[in-house]
Amino acid sequence: MNRLLSSFVAVAAALFANAAINPAVAENVAIVGGKVVTMGSSGTIENGTVLIEGGRIAAVGSGLSVPAGYRVINAGGNYVTPGLMSALSGLGVTEVGAVAGTRDNGVNGGQRSGAVETAPFDAAFELAPAFNPNATNIPIARIEGVTRAMLPASSGHNIFGGIGAVVDLSGDMDTRVISGAAMSMSYGEAGARYAGGSRAAAMGYIVRALDEADRLVRRGTRSLPDRERDSVVSLIDAQALGPVVRGEMPLLVRVSRASDILQVLKLRERFENLRFVLQGAQEAWMVADQLAAAKVPVIINGMDNLPGDFESIAATLANGGRLANAGVDVIMVAVGGAGGNERLMPQAAGIAVANGMSWDDAMASITINPARAFGIGDRFGSLESGKDADVVVWDGDPLELMSAPTAVFIRGEQVELSSRQTRLRDRYMELSGVTPQAYKK
Amino acid sequence: MLNRSIMGDKTLAGSSAKRRWAGMHIGALLLGGVALVGLAVSPALAQSDDEGAGEKKSQRPLVEINKNPYPSTYAPLPSDLTAIVGATVLDGIGGRIEGGTVVMNGGDIVAVGADVDVPAGARVIDGTGKWVTPGVIDVHSHLGVYASPGVAAHSDGNEATNPNTAEVWAEHSVWPHDPGFHRAAAGGVTSLQILPGSANLFGGRGVTLKNVPSRTMQGMKFPDAPYGLKMACGENPKRVYRSRGPSTLMGNVAGYRNAWIGARSYKESWDKYRAEHAEGKDPNPPKQDLEMDTLVGVLEGDILIHNHCYRADQMAVMIDISKEFNYDISTFHHAVESYKIADILAKEGICSAMWADWFGFKMEAYDGIRENLPFVHNAGACAVTHSDSDVGIQRLNQETAKSVADAARAGLVIPIEEAWTWIAINAAKSLGIEDQTGSLEIGKDADVVMWNGNPFSVYTSAEQVFVDGAKVYDLNDPAYQPVSDFRLGHPGEGDAK
Repeated sequence: MNRLLSSFVAVAAALFANAAINPAVAENVAIVGGKVVTMGSSGTIENGTVLIEGGRIAAVGSGLSVPAGYRVINAGGNYVTPGLMSALSGLGVTEVGAVAGTRDNGVNGGQRSGAVETAPFDAAFELAPAFNPNATNIPIARIEGVTRAMLPASSGHNIFGGIGAVVDLSGDMDTRVISGAAMSMSYGEAGARYAGGSRAAAMGYIVRALDEADRLVRRGTRSLPDRERDSVVSLIDAQALGPVVRGEMPLLVRVSRASDILQVLKLRERFENLRFVLQGAQEAWMVADQLAAAKVPVIINGMDNLPGDFESIAATLANGGRLANAGVDVIMVAVGGAGGNERLMPQAAGIAVANGMSWDDAMASITINPARAFGIGDRFGSLESGKDADVVVWDGDPLELMSAPTAVFIRGEQVELSSRQTRLRDRYMELSGVTPQAYKK
Repeated sequence: MLNRSIMGDKTLAGSSAKRRWAGMHIGALLLGGVALVGLAVSPALAQSDDEGAGEKKSQRPLVEINKNPYPSTYAPLPSDLTAIVGATVLDGIGGRIEGGTVVMNGGDIVAVGADVDVPAGARVIDGTGKWVTPGVIDVHSHLGVYASPGVAAHSDGNEATNPNTAEVWAEHSVWPHDPGFHRAAAGGVTSLQILPGSANLFGGRGVTLKNVPSRTMQGMKFPDAPYGLKMACGENPKRVYRSRGPSTLMGNVAGYRNAWIGARSYKESWDKYRAEHAEGKDPNPPKQDLEMDTLVGVLEGDILIHNHCYRADQMAVMIDISKEFNYDISTFHHAVESYKIADILAKEGICSAMWADWFGFKMEAYDGIRENLPFVHNAGACAVTHSDSDVGIQRLNQETAKSVADAARAGLVIPIEEAWTWIAINAAKSLGIEDQTGSLEIGKDADVVMWNGNPFSVYTSAEQVFVDGAKVYDLNDPAYQPVSDFRLGHPGEGDAK
């Protein structure tokens, strides 16, 4: 999967190289006595041990002896899983949704007050530099066992929304920000809106934009003579689409209607290297076999079961189960209601189980499947030796409403389970007394 | 408070003391400002006729405002004598019965308990391994007024043309074929309040519905439920009306106060008219004003205030406004910061309708915490789990469960049967329908859900849902899975969830 990422941008490392930050030293830890859900070839291991060494998973298995000098955490028979990954996240790029200054996830966002009205490009918009590891919603998500996030460039106001990133949620100033996770694209009603009012126009735009990128790629050049240029897309946008037509960067397509999904798949007849990840996809279950054959992962909002519009008429809670049972890699998110509420993601996975998805597929939908789809499957998403030690110990079934992590490791480092929310909670737990809350810290 | 002597229908008021809303049935009708002669003659008029016949050449009949011009036509669906036997029962008022039996007959709960004999002839449902609760009540829904599909033509929830639209009634926007009603039923929702949106200081009247399929809004209307009036604090009104005002929080508050001042004088003019009429005079009735009718309904205690308000400091101001103008606030909605003033809310007797964990999407939601519901409950205040969402309404049990777990981890342990009050009796109190529904008690409406397991598990679904004793949804029987007109003929029509 590494080859698929066009660029690795250690943004924070570059920006803050001189800052006086002590990178925490990852310790050696043995988590013992766990019901270890590896999401790898070992499946689930009862009474298993996970050895963490140097930020990586050194070994996973039952009956492993704990080397000297390891701190031991006894999971007491409870679940131990990989860290969860939020596939359509705003963590660190949107802190307060309605406060424009904290919202960097897309451009041309003229709808809300104070937003940037226009940008000189769209596909070339690269989100990574906007990431803020100090955003208060990151610890809030971490408490829920979420250790990685894919931050899509929002295609809310244009057909190509730009280039998203993958981050860990350590909150460290040297957080690894991997750009090139996906190019966002809108089709269906949204795409039509930005193309003048018809899906057909949107498809025409998409084909011409990809075609120009393809010609650049094939000729191995960064520009074309003016007479060969297509005016629908700017040169820098065509250049940005290069990794997409080469198949190095997935195209994250917002699409809902079954027939629209098939039209998107058809783009491969002309651009054979395209790699799709679908998003929304309320009617994907109707074309589950085609998606499985095309090996296209599908991101669904697991609570999405109403016809929000005429392109999601067949929305149902059964979507996830039907797709997974047909062999599609499902990725579960729960964007509805409130932005940044990542705990809805395992809840949505649990709801999918109640509506026909296997528990293993549901766990995969929030761990290994998003990891693979966005280029970090070789280092994250399962508990296997050599992978980054993103490990969560739970007090119950991780998909259950009343469960929560008791220990969270990100790249081998145990993070504190506190957040701005828990600080507020503790401040206001006791209301009596004369000392104002402002003195309680 | 309501003065029954001027309501013009003592019979109804007297015969239904339990149903505090009965008094709103009609005296006479005013339409478009033109007075029509009333159907009922008030006691005051009868008296003046006796005493003053000699002196008064004529006294026109007392004109009264019809308080119920769109009456409920709801009738319970046919039901059988039914007993659910051997289930874990949460009664909605804090009790829990293992191996419990719930008997429904004639639309009402007729027996609840562990040692209940199953009546002869009852249809018996084996409740082994199942859980039985009162039907879930959502105090904050926009189903029908922001119906699916969410096309522009269905955007009927915010009359965002004036900061005060107390004159509009949400029921006049409700589309009974919104597929969301059936999805909510599959989540165990049997009653729900449909509110206007929060664009305005006064958004208009809300309406409480029974969640049954119907061709008309009136066919869903919860009989005798009081109306609600939606008010909104904070960011929304001042953002929507930024250019014309209000554009600040202080502008919001001036807007509320001016409206109540107007309502007070409107009420005085009607009181004066009635008093003079009672004295035998023949005064001209004041001109009817729809906006003022609703506000006066609040001042007279007939209409309940449902106040969208996120921040604790703003709630405190709203409480003072209610005292300045002598009305009660039923419920603060969204109430993201209720945990900061839970003691004050307990003292004032105001409910908070809350999400389990929504936060951060705007400035006034930035301080949301996961323990809001349990902290409010623990302070002795009325906590209600609400949705404000066509998705969230399908799983208010799950939202409640999350809050309970979060509280337990913070050291506050609340049993499931106690927390269930947040979507049962507390929600019913918020809507003023606690005498009819919201608990499994003898004599109450048989609004009942049987779950296929512990409803605090994500893997549990509502298996059978009853409204007034009639089954309206069955997880395992397509015959009881309603399909709205809209979904008919579309792909996915057969998916009940």
